[in-house]
Amino acid sequence: MKSVGGIILQRLALGLLTLFVVSIVIFVAVNLLPGDFAEAILGQGATPEAVASIRRDLGLDQSPITRYFQWLGGAVTGDLGNSFAQANFASFAGTETGSGLGSVATQIAPRFANTMFLAMVTAAIAVPISLILGVLAALYRNSAFDRATNIFTLSSISSPEFFLAYILILFLAVLNPILPSLSNIFDGMSFSERLERTVLPALTLTLIVMAHMMRMTRAAIINLLASPYIEMARLKGIGPMRVIVRHALPNALAPIINVVALNLAYLITGVVVVEVVFVYPGIGQLFVDSVKIRDIPVVQACCLIFAAAYILLNLTADILSILSNPRLRHPK
Amino acid sequence: MTTWQFLLLALVAIAALGWVFRAVGQSVTGNAPFYRDMPYGVAFGYVLAVAAILGSVWLYLQEGAVFFRWAVQGLIGFSVAAYLFRLLGQSVGPEAMRKLFRQMPLTASFGILVIIIYAILSIFAGPISPLFIAGLGIAAVVLVEISRRSSTTEGHQVVVMIALLTMALFIIMFFVGPLAPHGQEEVFPRANIVPGGDVALGGDPEFPLGTDQIGRDILSRLIYGAQNTVGIAFATTCLAFFLGGTFGFLAATLGGWLDQILSRSVDVLMAIPALIFALLLMTIASVWAPRLGIPLTFFMVIIIAVIDSTRVFRLARAVGTQIVVMDYIEAAKLRGEGLPYLIFREILPNATAPLLAEFGLRFCFVFLTIASLSFLGLGIQPPLADWGTMVKDLSQFINFAQFAPNIAAAPLLAAGAIALLTVAVNFVVDWMLHRTSGLKE
Repeated sequence: MKSVGGIILQRLALGLLTLFVVSIVIFVAVNLLPGDFAEAILGQGATPEAVASIRRDLGLDQSPITRYFQWLGGAVTGDLGNSFAQANFASFAGTETGSGLGSVATQIAPRFANTMFLAMVTAAIAVPISLILGVLAALYRNSAFDRATNIFTLSSISSPEFFLAYILILFLAVLNPILPSLSNIFDGMSFSERLERTVLPALTLTLIVMAHMMRMTRAAIINLLASPYIEMARLKGIGPMRVIVRHALPNALAPIINVVALNLAYLITGVVVVEVVFVYPGIGQLFVDSVKIRDIPVVQACCLIFAAAYILLNLTADILSILSNPRLRHPK
Repeated sequence: MTTWQFLLLALVAIAALGWVFRAVGQSVTGNAPFYRDMPYGVAFGYVLAVAAILGSVWLYLQEGAVFFRWAVQGLIGFSVAAYLFRLLGQSVGPEAMRKLFRQMPLTASFGILVIIIYAILSIFAGPISPLFIAGLGIAAVVLVEISRRSSTTEGHQVVVMIALLTMALFIIMFFVGPLAPHGQEEVFPRANIVPGGDVALGGDPEFPLGTDQIGRDILSRLIYGAQNTVGIAFATTCLAFFLGGTFGFLAATLGGWLDQILSRSVDVLMAIPALIFALLLMTIASVWAPRLGIPLTFFMVIIIAVIDSTRVFRLARAVGTQIVVMDYIEAAKLRGEGLPYLIFREILPNATAPLLAEFGLRFCFVFLTIASLSFLGLGIQPPLADWGTMVKDLSQFINFAQFAPNIAAAPLLAAGAIALLTVAVNFVVDWMLHRTSGLKE
């Protein structure tokens, strides 16, 4: 039988293949656009020469397959092409190729870092709280506390992100001005200032992802409570808290790790709306802005980054659940 | 930082009180088992709950806590309504329905009540044509006739009752007229009328919730929003189920290369986050829509339905492959039944329960995706009234919460309308899953 290393290698290869196919899907989808960017940029009064010139400069005169591999090759080496929105088309009169174009990579890099910061702050708040709440709900199952948390998490899970965001703004920023409602972050801010402005979006995201993790923790622990070794521990006279934390929790870790990773992947989609509400300068907001002005290279790049992060986190969840399960680690 | 110090102090006081509570309980009751075996955490929980209730009452009586008071009133109002609704369901109707209501938790009856209210609002928001009612009448007669021939007497009674109730509702509502006082696209000359209907404060009794920036009645748009947002989400979910269910069952029954192709392409589509993929495709659709002269909303329905049908496909295929290996399928195949018979008469009836629960969850997901897209300005397009767009348009009013809570409530009402429906559907689905899985813990 295959060793655990073999399985992991196989999963990694599968993840890479998926990413490759996804990049093809994104590229094909973008190329479904009617006409091309050269015409779109120049508008009604385009002369054929101008269109041809811009097409040559942007490399649009080559075949789609060549363009795809150029884009993919660039993306792998960190060059994501040039943003159309920041293009300075006066330079097209000259012979220099694309000199006036803003590079997508320089535009995305700082925003990507901001989004990662937001995601990390969220994870730092959400994971401990939901684990503690999940353990407590399992400990006091079917009590008033358990029911109240169940209703609360079910409600927060099913509310749209912007509703939670505006409720938090209303109570924590407008009625009781504790935190700033706008998260405008820029370079050169001190870390504490940065953190203060990230708290409100992070809290919103926490409310969204916490519910899943908490419910899963509770369910995973309760699933185990009927097993013989838990019975044994209880008969030995160990207290209920210790039974759950020392005996049940380590065995329930696999599904919990899985759901934590999946929820961090979910953060990636949730981040778009939350960033727009709080005007947080992250990659989600850049994505929405580029979608509105149809800045295709940026849309393409953001899509690829989102998909890559999503696949990577799912892959991590997969591998961690293999590693934490002895039956998968030592197959018969 | 006095707030934090106060909170910390309160927490320490509660922790101490928890210990005191248990000790006092033990000594007063002569070490009764209830207090003797109480862990410290439980005692702490009791004191915390009492403190939370007292704190809420104190906050409720504060002058400035308008929003908190509204929230509490809404919560109590809905709980009482749900309780009365459950009482009503327990005492009228056929025995099967009464039994269902007797087993129902309060959250589920709240969910069903909210869903019924939304359905009525969305159907009767605008004027109804008499032709539609006539068509409905014919459909009802046909349905009653079919049920008389094919189902049991009790089932037939239920169908007749539902048909009669529906017809009565439609005919009454026809004479009552549309629920929305004004049209959703009607623009009135006075913009930004303050809600509340108080003329002295700049309100107008004709517009109880005021008008928006360009002078449209907010109440009417909220009611029409039920029709547009919920209706479009419902249609999208149905389409997603049609696509995903058909292909999923086909893949399960036929297997082989068709299964491989469909499953692998679904895997790829599911590797892209749904909202991101929807935004990418909407960019492309927004270029195509004006060229083809098809409304963007139509594209949105198709795009979201296709993206969501991948999730339905997964479930339908998984349920289908479990059913296909059963003996009765083998028997039907040996009888020489065709593929449509196998899918519609053998697989579909046995897959109804999981598919129905999934329908509720999918509906929530589609509804939230559409609301998010609209909130970002890329979903349902004006002049159609829609809750997501309304939240975006009115969101700036939140900043006036300190001086004019009425005005700040408008965007929260629209967002709350979205949240209320998804919460309601989730409660009902949660209860359904709990019932069908037989989980009693």
